[in-house]
Amino acid sequence: MFHALVAVKQVPDTTNIRIDPETGNLVREGVPAIMNPYDAHALAEAVRWKRALGGKVTIVSMGPASFGQTIREAIELGADRGVLVSDRKFAGADTLATSYVLAETIRKIHEQDPIDLIFFGKQAIDGDTAQVGPGVAVRLDLPVITYAVKIREIDLEGRRVVVERKTERWIEVIETPLPALLTCDKEIADIPFAPLPDLIRSLRYEPEMWTVEAGPVTFDPAQVGGKGSPTIVYKMGTPPLPEAGEKFNAREIGAEAAVKAALDKASATGILAAVLAQNEAAEKEARP
Amino acid sequence: MTARRFWVFIEQEEGKVHPVSWELLGVARYLASQVMDEAAASGDEVSVEGVLLGHNVAPIAEEAIRYGADRVYLFDDLMFEHYRTCPYYKTLAQVAKKYQPEVFLVGATTLGRDLAGGIATALRTGLTADCTQLEMGEAKGVAQKVLLATRPAFGGNILATIMCRDSRPQMSSVRPRVFPMPPYNPEAQGEIIREDVDMTEEGAMSCILEFVHEKGENVNIEYADVIVAGGRGMGTPEGFRLLKELADLMGGVVGASRPCIDAGWISYAHQVGQSGKTVRPKLYIAAGISGALQHKVGMQNSDFIIAINSDPEAPIFEVADVGIVGDLYQVIPAMIEQIKARKEALA
Ligand SMILES: Cc1cc2nc3c(=O)[nH]c(=O)nc-3n(C[C@H](O)[C@H](O)[C@H](O)COP(=O)(O)OP(=O)(O)OC[C@H]3O[C@@H](n4cnc5c(N)ncnc54)[C@H](O)[C@@H]3O)c2cc1C
Ligand SMILES: Nc1ncnc2c1ncn2[C@@H]1O[C@H](COP(=O)(O)O)[C@@H](O)[C@H]1O
Repeated sequence: MFHALVAVKQVPDTTNIRIDPETGNLVREGVPAIMNPYDAHALAEAVRWKRALGGKVTIVSMGPASFGQTIREAIELGADRGVLVSDRKFAGADTLATSYVLAETIRKIHEQDPIDLIFFGKQAIDGDTAQVGPGVAVRLDLPVITYAVKIREIDLEGRRVVVERKTERWIEVIETPLPALLTCDKEIADIPFAPLPDLIRSLRYEPEMWTVEAGPVTFDPAQVGGKGSPTIVYKMGTPPLPEAGEKFNAREIGAEAAVKAALDKASATGILAAVLAQNEAAEKEARP
Repeated sequence: MTARRFWVFIEQEEGKVHPVSWELLGVARYLASQVMDEAAASGDEVSVEGVLLGHNVAPIAEEAIRYGADRVYLFDDLMFEHYRTCPYYKTLAQVAKKYQPEVFLVGATTLGRDLAGGIATALRTGLTADCTQLEMGEAKGVAQKVLLATRPAFGGNILATIMCRDSRPQMSSVRPRVFPMPPYNPEAQGEIIREDVDMTEEGAMSCILEFVHEKGENVNIEYADVIVAGGRGMGTPEGFRLLKELADLMGGVVGASRPCIDAGWISYAHQVGQSGKTVRPKLYIAAGISGALQHKVGMQNSDFIIAINSDPEAPIFEVADVGIVGDLYQVIPAMIEQIKARKEALA
C-alpha cells in the first residue's frame, strides 16, 4: 500500500491580476482563488501512482477556512483525505513558520498512518519563494529532490524512489531512500479529468480541521505565525520611474530617419561602437 | 572586538563558476563598506568571505579573492564533486554555525534556490528571495545596522523591503544579472582556509545515477551583450526570424515577452521578465512589447534600451533610452540595413 501526502496551497490566480491604471495599485476584487498550479500537477502524479500501486493520497494545507474549497477540489482530483490546519495564530507566517506548521502536521499524520512519499509544488505562484518544500524536508530530516519532472520508479519493498529532476544544465536522475520529499514542476503529470465518483464524493466532503486548541498536534506558540517568522516588513513602496528617453516617430519622419536618429543616440554613448567592435573581433576569430 | 562577516556562496559546477557568485562578492563588498564607520567606532573587524564546495576547485578560491573576497572557506572533497542538496545544505549550515556570519548571500539560480531554503531552515533564520536591492541600514531597537532587502511583491507592482531583525545570518537570494560584475584585481591577496569535511555518504541521503543532456538549442540570454526581444505586437512567430537576423548582425540573441512563450512562438529559455530571466545587456531592443511591469523588471538594468512600438503611449517608452514610434515590420528592416552599413564602415 502506497501512502502519498500532497501539500496544497490556495493562491489568487495571478494571470487574472490587473493593475488599476489610475492608481497603479493591484485590483484584488474578483480575482478567483485557485489551487496553486504546481500543486495540482504534483497531486495528479500522486494519484497516478496511487492508482498504479494501490493506496491513498492525503492532502495537507495551512490556511483560512476558505482553503477548504481547494481541498474539496483535491478530493475531486482523486485524493482520499484532507487535513486543513487553520488557526488565527498562524496568520502572518513567513516561510520558516509555514514550514514548521506543515512539518509538525505531517509528522502527526505519519504517526497515524506512515507516509511513503511527500509531494510539494515547485513554488507557490503568489510568492514564488520555493522555500517551503525544502524547509519541511530539513525539519523532518528527509531527503529532498527539487524540480522533479518525472518519477521513474517507486520501490515500496526496497524503500527507494528514482526521480528525474531538471536543472539549467541537464536532467539529473536521482535515487533516494523512502520516505522522501519532492517538489514538482508542471511536467511531472498532466491533470486528468475527474472521474464521476470522485466528483460526487468531493461535493459532500468536509476536510478535517486541525486548530491549535482542537487538533492532535501540539504547536510551540513561539514558532507559529508572525511570532515564529524572523523576517519583518520594514517598508513598502512603489518602484520609482526612470526618466523616459527621446522618441522619434517613424510615421512622421519615415522609418529610415527614425532608425538613424535612434542609432546615432546609441552611438553617442559609445555603446553601439563597442558592441559592433566586439562582434567584429569575434567574427574575425571564427573565420579560418 | 568581534568579526562582522559578509558571506557569499560561491556556486560552481564541474569547475565552472556561476558568475552570479562574483556579482554577489561585489554586493557583499558594498554592504561591508556601509558598516565600516560603525565597526571602526567599536573596533570590529569587517570582512567579505566566500564559501566554496567542490572537488579540485582551489583555483576557484583564488579567483574569488581577485573578485574581492578577503577570505575563502574551502571544502574540497569527492563528496562535493556534483551538487547534492543534503551534503551541501548540511555542510553550509554547519560552517555558518562555526563562523557566525552576519549576512549570507546566495545566487537565485536553480542550484541556489534548491540550497538556500535548506540552509535557512537548518539555521532557523530568515531568507528573503529574489532581492533587487540590498543595503545596510538602521532599524529601531537594534544596535547595529541590519540588512534591508528589497524585492518586488505582488507581481512587481510593489517593492517590499524586508529585514531579519533578530536572527543571524541575514540571508538573501539574488538573481543573476541584478547587480553588476565587481572589478577584477589580479594582484589581490587573501586567505584560503581549508575546512574539514564532516559528512559521510550515508548522510548524503541520495545518489545521482546519471545525467541526461537534453537535445535542442542552447541559449543563454542572461549573459548576452545584445538582446533583440519581440512581443505579442509581432502578430506571428515569423517576426522572430527578422529579429534574429538583426541580433546575429551584432552577435546577439533573441529574447521574448511571456505571451510569445504562452503561444508557443519560441521556447521558455528566451523569456525575459519576472517569471523568465533577468538580463542586463549592453544593448536591449524591444519590438512590439508593451512594457508591462513584469517584463520591465527583467530588463530595466540594461545599459541602453531601444523601444519600437506603434503606440506612442506604450509604457515601454518609460524605460527606454530612445524610442521609435512605428510599425516594427518597417523599423526592423531599416535597422538591419543601417547596422550592416555601420559594420562595413567600421571594417
Ligand atoms: C505573475 C506574472 C508574471 C509575469 N511574468 C512575465 C515575464 O516574465 N515576462 C513578460 O514579458 N511578461 C510577464 N507577465 C505578463 C505581463 O503582465 C504582460 O502581459 C506581457 O509582458 C505583455 O507582453 P507583450 O508586451 O508582448 O504584449 P502586449 O501587452 O499585448 O503588447 C503588445 C505591444 O505591441 C505593440 N504593437 C502591436 N503591433 C505592433 C507593430 N506592428 N509594430 C510595433 N508595435 C506593435 C502594441 O502597441 C503593444 O504595446 C507576467 C504576468 C504575471 C501576472
Ligand atoms: N500554506 C500552505 N499550505 C500547504 N502547502 C503549502 C503552503 N505554503 C506552501 N505550500 C507548499 O509549498 C510549495 C512551495 O511554496 P512556496 O515556498 O511558498 O513557493 C507549494 O507549492 C505548496 O506545495
